[in-house]
Amino acid sequence: MADAATPSETSSDVDSQKPVVELSTATVRFCGDSGDGMQLAGTQLSTTSALLGNDVATFPDFPAEIRAPRGTKAGVSGFQVHFASSTIYTPGDRVDALVAMNPAALATNLSDLVPGGILIVNQDGFTEKDLKKAGYESDPLEDQSLDGYRLFKVSMTKVTRTAVEGLDLSVKESDRCRNFFAMGLVFWLYDRTMDATLRYIDEKFGKRPAIAEANRRALKAGYYYGETTEAFSNQYEVPRAELEPGTYRSIMGNTALAWGLIAAAKSSDMDLFYGTYPITPASDILHELSRHKNFGVRTFQAEDEIAAVCSTIGAAFSGAMGVTASSGPGIALKGEAIGLAVMTELPIIVINVQRGGPSTGLPTKTEQADLLQAMYGRNGECPVPIIAARSPSDCFEVAQEAWRIASMFMVPVILLTDGYIANGSEPWKIPTAKSIPKRTIEHPEGTNSGEHFLPYQRNELLVRPWAIPGTPGLMHRVGGLEKQDGTGNVNYEPENHQHMVNVRQQKVDNVAQKIPLQEVAGPEQGKLLVLSWGGTYGACTTAVQQVAKEGGSVAHAHLRYLNPFPKNLSSVLKKYERVLIPELNMGQLDLLIRSRFLLDTVAYNKVQGKPFTVSELVNKIKELL
Amino acid sequence: MSTDTPLPILKAADFASDQEVRWCPGCGDYSILAQLKKILPTIGVPRENTVFVSGIGCSSRFPYYMNTYGVHSIHGRAPAIATGLKTARPDLFVWVITGDGDALSIGGNHLIHAIRRNLDINIILFNNEIYGLTKGQYSPTSPLGKVTKSTPMGTVDNPLHPLSIAIGCEGTFIARSIDVHIKHLGNVLARAAEHKGTAFVEVYQNCHVFNDGAFQYATNRDTKSDTILELEHGKPLIFGKNRDKGIRLNGMDPEVVQLGKGISEDDLLFHDEKAPEPSLAYLLSRMRQPEFPEPIGVFRAVDRPRYEDEVDQQIEIAREQQGDGDLDTLFQTGDTWIVE
Repeated sequence: MADAATPSETSSDVDSQKPVVELSTATVRFCGDSGDGMQLAGTQLSTTSALLGNDVATFPDFPAEIRAPRGTKAGVSGFQVHFASSTIYTPGDRVDALVAMNPAALATNLSDLVPGGILIVNQDGFTEKDLKKAGYESDPLEDQSLDGYRLFKVSMTKVTRTAVEGLDLSVKESDRCRNFFAMGLVFWLYDRTMDATLRYIDEKFGKRPAIAEANRRALKAGYYYGETTEAFSNQYEVPRAELEPGTYRSIMGNTALAWGLIAAAKSSDMDLFYGTYPITPASDILHELSRHKNFGVRTFQAEDEIAAVCSTIGAAFSGAMGVTASSGPGIALKGEAIGLAVMTELPIIVINVQRGGPSTGLPTKTEQADLLQAMYGRNGECPVPIIAARSPSDCFEVAQEAWRIASMFMVPVILLTDGYIANGSEPWKIPTAKSIPKRTIEHPEGTNSGEHFLPYQRNELLVRPWAIPGTPGLMHRVGGLEKQDGTGNVNYEPENHQHMVNVRQQKVDNVAQKIPLQEVAGPEQGKLLVLSWGGTYGACTTAVQQVAKEGGSVAHAHLRYLNPFPKNLSSVLKKYERVLIPELNMGQLDLLIRSRFLLDTVAYNKVQGKPFTVSELVNKIKELL
Repeated sequence: MSTDTPLPILKAADFASDQEVRWCPGCGDYSILAQLKKILPTIGVPRENTVFVSGIGCSSRFPYYMNTYGVHSIHGRAPAIATGLKTARPDLFVWVITGDGDALSIGGNHLIHAIRRNLDINIILFNNEIYGLTKGQYSPTSPLGKVTKSTPMGTVDNPLHPLSIAIGCEGTFIARSIDVHIKHLGNVLARAAEHKGTAFVEVYQNCHVFNDGAFQYATNRDTKSDTILELEHGKPLIFGKNRDKGIRLNGMDPEVVQLGKGISEDDLLFHDEKAPEPSLAYLLSRMRQPEFPEPIGVFRAVDRPRYEDEVDQQIEIAREQQGDGDLDTLFQTGDTWIVE
């Protein structure tokens, strides 16, 4: 369904002179140099589409270099927006319309355009020099190689410069408005209103009236270009989606995660301490949290990843809600300290916004290859609960869930998202503050009894009390050395160590008693179950629905809880003849499932820094049916 | 530090935990522990508001022996843990106990950043110029050429001077004392405790087992008056058994001079711990045996805003400007739409 670009052909005449063709879904991608403002163009199209009532999914794709050499393929930045009149789960496999600002963008993106798709290019960007940089021997705009597409050559640079004439801008400043021209044109093409973007221009550039006016003019010039020139014979319309009633907004994964943390702190009456070190693609969580100090949020930009997690442990010992975040390389550095949190049994959240690895890898691309790192990447027997978000808005829920588990079990919790979820956005039905359940976190009260306080005395779930400094009579020491249960005194006795290792494992296993059972979409038993986790949720859901619609017997289980697994997972898996595990890694969940349940599962793996396309998954599912 | 409840009168013994102290007999750490336990009751902060944080090394066992809250953390990371602790809970009285390897080798990065941030914490560095816990490898403060288990032919890497580093980070309180110089040590620790901001104290500490006598020149009754110079604010730099030697500035460099013979106290360098520029303190930190007597006491004590206070203040300002955080308001910011 993602690439269903076939119009449902209900042409209708609205106010515009040109006919309007109704579509159920459309996927548009802007691409250009990393300085061309393509991310902004994509964001504006997604916000506008969401405001019009479409369901929306986005996929920003940009290079790690802030400004790679101009005009080169390495510097191409893209933003894909999928909007639809029904519920969608992915940004779309292929694009129905491609806007390319220069030859390099065209060369790297054309293969994703559907045959016969709309191709809008900035003709002025196709100079001999730029063609050469992109590796073209002849100009594709002239040599008929693009005959299979509906090509629209637009002199964006020239028209934009004319539109902003008289505003006293330099050529460079004028050319920077080109992305607004491209937006305007796409807005017209898909019958989108310019209102939200005009508001954005006012807010963003209000203090620089000339720039604001130039962007306004460029936007409108693009819109009217579509309306008045004869190049475009019709407009498209994607009607509102049938979404659950409520108030909606568009939200990005990292924002949802930050807000989820704030909500978790607020609903449990805790002060949020966020210790972190800048890293792509996690930094936006820090940026977002640092704007909300009025919630009592303390953000600490540490000197390194190790200090970030250690400061979080210090904050947790003091009684705050301690959270740290990073991506794979940073999590590697935090490993020893996560072990300290396991040993001291202090609640913290460690967020890993996964990216392509190993080492520095692919900083701006997505991957799911840190699951085993989360599971095993520490010295000693060092179990931690692991949960994963499945979509941008799900980050809001998962952040709260991570804190519920961490504080209930006095344990560090690893929360996995990925670059795809972090930077992607989708409509989010806004909850009310009232609907977020209040939780009470208890700290033992002070005493003057003189009785020895036992910091490692455990409740029925094997959880120790969270006694915090400032409480009289409960002074105690925690540390990384093995300790005697109960007293917490340093202890190296063999039997005690065995006991403590067992207790720490059992405590994490006990989390399974306090999480929901695994749900399955589709038949309760049968031929094939697709088992997925994390950011592949959308693609897997769409693929399974598509095959099911065609009559295939396939079910889908998507895991939020990766350690421990839900209690019923074993029985769920055993109800199907085959279990397919698609992952953006070399088979990490597959390894865990195989070793845990002795099942001959089928792994389906991709490590290209890109999400699964729906068609890849559909093909794989069909192959197994 | 203040508290609303009337303070019970505590003694040194009240700060002792029930744990048996397990340093080697004769270790300099015992003396530092004793002095801290002695001064803490005089500071007046309740035990439950006091937290000792340490890393790894012999000195880092310290928190286990104090009847306060404590974290015996991982190697080098105590300043980072203390930073989170103090930022989240500015009301707590936080001490970092560390050693030369812990603070300056594996934890060097955290140390310099803690000092530059100027949180109101006290960092006590037990400097024994050796790795004791791992049984005798050279440390970043071991003198050049030092023969140890890992350097049978002597070290070839230049040592760090802890105070020079702390001053380079523009620390607001920098001091040095000696384990066996107990009265001096007690006074320096008390001054550190009272300082508002990061107090950094280097203590010359004898490792009886792996580096015995490293500071003998500074502790020997016969030689110490010539090898040690006690700093006093506003006073000239005088030392020697007969207090007849002093430090004079010759251009940018210090020199040892004999008093008398036309040189009077007024010609000497006067100590100013409150000098806003850290250059003088740095110069003092560079004075080493045998060329110079090694200064002990307070090198620098200046006032600068504390990190945690600034963080708190920003929260207060944000609350004044944006109102107390409200989730509904947060969720509704920006563009929203209604589906009916």
